[in-house]
Amino acid sequence: MENTELHTIIKDESVISINGLYKSFGDVQVLDGIDFTLLKGENFAILGKSGSGKSVLIKIIVGLLKPDKGEVIVLGQQVDKLNRTELDALRIRVGFSFQSSALYDSMNVYQNLAFPLIMNYRDLSKKEVSKAVEEVLESVGLIDKLYQMPSDLSGGQRKRVGIARMLILKPEIMLFDEPTAGLDPITSSEIIELINEVRKQNNASSLIITHDLTCAKNTGDRIAMLFEGKFLKPGTFEEVFDIDNEHIKGFYNYNFIR
Amino acid sequence: MNNSGIKKNLFSKGVDEFFISVSKAYKFTALFFKEAFIRPFHLREIFNQCFEIGIKALPLITLTGFVVGIVFTKQSRPSLEEFGATSWLPSLMGIAIVRALGALVTALICAGKVGSGIGAELGSMNVTEQIDAMEVSAINPFKYLVVTRVAATTITIPVLALYCSFLGLYGSYVNVHAQEAMSLATFCQNAFSSITFLDIFSSLFKSIVYGFTIGIVGCYMGYNATQGTRGVGKAANQAVVLSIFLIFIEEIVIVQVTNWIRYF
Repeated sequence: MENTELHTIIKDESVISINGLYKSFGDVQVLDGIDFTLLKGENFAILGKSGSGKSVLIKIIVGLLKPDKGEVIVLGQQVDKLNRTELDALRIRVGFSFQSSALYDSMNVYQNLAFPLIMNYRDLSKKEVSKAVEEVLESVGLIDKLYQMPSDLSGGQRKRVGIARMLILKPEIMLFDEPTAGLDPITSSEIIELINEVRKQNNASSLIITHDLTCAKNTGDRIAMLFEGKFLKPGTFEEVFDIDNEHIKGFYNYNFIR
Repeated sequence: MNNSGIKKNLFSKGVDEFFISVSKAYKFTALFFKEAFIRPFHLREIFNQCFEIGIKALPLITLTGFVVGIVFTKQSRPSLEEFGATSWLPSLMGIAIVRALGALVTALICAGKVGSGIGAELGSMNVTEQIDAMEVSAINPFKYLVVTRVAATTITIPVLALYCSFLGLYGSYVNVHAQEAMSLATFCQNAFSSITFLDIFSSLFKSIVYGFTIGIVGCYMGYNATQGTRGVGKAANQAVVLSIFLIFIEEIVIVQVTNWIRYF
């Protein structure tokens, strides 16, 4: 197959396409010319140590941060060129699960999940909202926590509620920011299982930002490592960790020893 | 920026930062006026916030309004007694409370109680990414959090100021009644005889301006809080200090303009 033909096919099937992305904060260059494509139905894991710019990258994808230079196309729309209404319409199709879960601490679990639904679909009846909340909470295994406050939940439960809140708008792309950070190994593996499960159920593409090798290996079809603002050769887990690069080896050894 | 990549200040670092903050505050206020008149209006949230603000400030305003009325009357009596003019006490208190004290005392209490609360709440939401969570859920956080709160303070504080004025007058009546056995009807007649429409209008206008100031300053400080939990405390503190400073400036300007209209 000709290269240009392949490129067209990839571009057609891509849900996120990033070309020449640069972002700096003051004198610190965080992203230094990122190119990357997330295909429809694909699960892509981005590895990198803390402060490597992983979270900055996904915040640019959802329009929380503006790039200095480069093109970010999500579901066919260039994010930094959209107005508020267009950006909101796009954000309904792109779910975001925060590292800190970012649950609204003045609302209980039910209200946390119902809030995005009520605000975006004002014609829904109370019954329809309740049904949707219960369904999504059931899918993350927390139906018994419906009326608990976020402060009464454990770290793992908060992550689950955060994922449920993302799922309630039925996104086509799911972005996970450090889904296993701060969790014990057992809870981490439960969250990894949950990510794979909900992704299958929703038939969505996903981008997982993590510094946890186990999480990247078990969730990503493709993996890339972000180092000094650039991606080191992306590929499958085996391909990435097979190459002779001291940073990749160092990262692997650290995770292994841990 | 110069050749070595170091940012050059236009004046000095402090002066530049001051002008940047003024520009940011101006943009924030302009965004409020832009968003406030576009649907959806989140009326339920505005109502909830009005209720919250009212409940939060009511006990303190009740106590302070009543005590201010008693104390002011008590302190003014000896001076009026020297001229044999104690019968003017209701008029004096009517003017003092309606023209100045009711609105000012309410604004200062609300700056401390409500302004700091809004600053801390939004600051905490900001540093824990709850505001970002609203953004990515396609909810406009500025509209939902800022517009509703500023609208609520602008509506509620004038009502609280009116309540404070009535309590102040009642406190004054209690003191006058204890000393001179004056009836409530006579007190009211004397107190309201010297109050004009301009007094009531300027007092109402002042408390609307104070309410807006408290809301917008609290929201601005909270919405732009940084540095984690330390930033939340700083936001709450700055919300109080800056609102009180602005309230005093507004008081001076409005009194000057009102007097100019009165004697024109």
